[in-house]
Amino acid sequence: MDTFLPLLTIFMLAVFVGVEVITKVPPLLHTPLMSGSNAISGITIIGALLSVAAEGTIPTMLGFVALVFASINVVGGFLVTHRMVAMFRKKE
Amino acid sequence: MISVFIDLTYLVASVLFIFGIKGLTHPRTAVRGNLLGATGMLLAVVATLADREVFGSGVQGLGLIVAGVLLGSAIGGTLALKIQMTAMPQMVAVLNAFGGGASALIAGAVLADAADPSTQTAVATVVSGIIGSVTFWGSLVAFDKLQGLMLPDNPVHFPAQQVLNVLLALGAIGLGAWVVADPSQLTTYGWLVVVGSVLGILLTIPIGGADMPVAIALLNSYSGLAAASTGFVLNNNILIITGSLVGASGLILTQIMCKAMNRSLMNVLLGAIGPDSGPIQGADEVYAGRVKSTSPEEVAMLFDGAKRVVIVPGYGMAVAQAQHQVRDLANLLESNGTEVEFAIHPVAGRMPGHMNVLLAEANVDYDKLREMDDINPSFEQTDVTLIIGANDIVNPVARTDPSSPIAGMPILDVDKSRTVVVVKRSLSPGFAGIPNPLFAADNTVMLFADGKKAVLDLIAAIKAG
Repeated sequence: MDTFLPLLTIFMLAVFVGVEVITKVPPLLHTPLMSGSNAISGITIIGALLSVAAEGTIPTMLGFVALVFASINVVGGFLVTHRMVAMFRKKE
Repeated sequence: MISVFIDLTYLVASVLFIFGIKGLTHPRTAVRGNLLGATGMLLAVVATLADREVFGSGVQGLGLIVAGVLLGSAIGGTLALKIQMTAMPQMVAVLNAFGGGASALIAGAVLADAADPSTQTAVATVVSGIIGSVTFWGSLVAFDKLQGLMLPDNPVHFPAQQVLNVLLALGAIGLGAWVVADPSQLTTYGWLVVVGSVLGILLTIPIGGADMPVAIALLNSYSGLAAASTGFVLNNNILIITGSLVGASGLILTQIMCKAMNRSLMNVLLGAIGPDSGPIQGADEVYAGRVKSTSPEEVAMLFDGAKRVVIVPGYGMAVAQAQHQVRDLANLLESNGTEVEFAIHPVAGRMPGHMNVLLAEANVDYDKLREMDDINPSFEQTDVTLIIGANDIVNPVARTDPSSPIAGMPILDVDKSRTVVVVKRSLSPGFAGIPNPLFAADNTVMLFADGKKAVLDLIAAIKAG
């Protein structure tokens, strides 16, 4: 219980920050917002790294599959978002 | 000492993620924003590698890490570089799936690893397992529908569907309670994931076609919530912060999409609208003898005298891959002195922002892509509105008939422009399954053809004229 409340506090505050920032994203950029937020939700990669490094076959195996999934998210997400946002231009 | 350094790096990475999303509030800063986010990710990964447990996991552990990262990066990189812009909804669906899957797997790994997990860890593991598996399989179903593989694009209904869903949800919660009571049995968690997976499939199959933007946005939100929940499993701040940002983002987009269809989230999730919600009523009554078919030459003549033209793209433009031809047409009209703008409905296409990405790919200046509320008042001063592959989002019935399935849905007021040209292959109804009186209106002419061919013919006719 001693860790739960601080974590819950962080969670709630982060939700408010998220709502503040994201409501300002224009519909023009909603698709890159989705792929970009997918990329950063690939932060689960650090959980996967810890699991792969854990002792025991089952955690390592589950962690390895998670590591592959999360790496797809991170690399695929940031790259495809870059491809999209680089296309939005204004003619001179 | 090293753990303080790691936590500080996580804090920096979290801040970079927030600035990254903030960058997406304007096209000018979007590229930099995305790079900031990627930098944050790199910092977080490097800091985690410095963790004593990870660094000290030996040759085998580090070998697996390198192999996993390389394999995932190769798959993700290939997907990202090869995917067509028209297929972006599928790409986001796949990314949602992997995000949810990773969370469920990590939660399982922690449960298997922990000798005596705390109640917080056990409860968070259960939440990650349920949301993660629902997200993984729900997103794969969404991908399948968008790609047109095995499942029909339309809603799938069967008897007692809702009862079964409620039973499955209760089953998942029951198994969850069992995991919390006795965390040593990994098999129970396995069954929980199985039940969650079936639930994910069943929750997504009733959602069809034009409702996909809502499903994709909601699954995006779930993948974030799963990551946040995994943060509670690992007692890790950065997962909680990032997960809640993504969860909030998905929920906001879901809400925007529902509002743009004037429907409740529940109504969309139950698949309560669509081609199988009843026979198509009164198509003959609406259309009989009133639909005027036209030729590219006639439309070219309409354009010739036009001061202002508005182009309304819909999912049909994406299907026909006509965005580049549409751009050529817009440039040609502008070179003849006509003002051209694009009217983008929030739910046009199969995911939020789908049309904007396609037109940006075709090099259309983003200042010309106008939002619905912004452009609606200008239709009265518009000489010609050209609709390419859109239907329900321009159906005036939404304003006039309270009994219609799309009643109250905000639409583009194209019928107020002087002339409306509709490019469409046939009079077949849109996703809502209802006839569109716009096609029979006095100021509307129909150009029956495939989107790409029609636009090419129009360009040729204008150049000839």
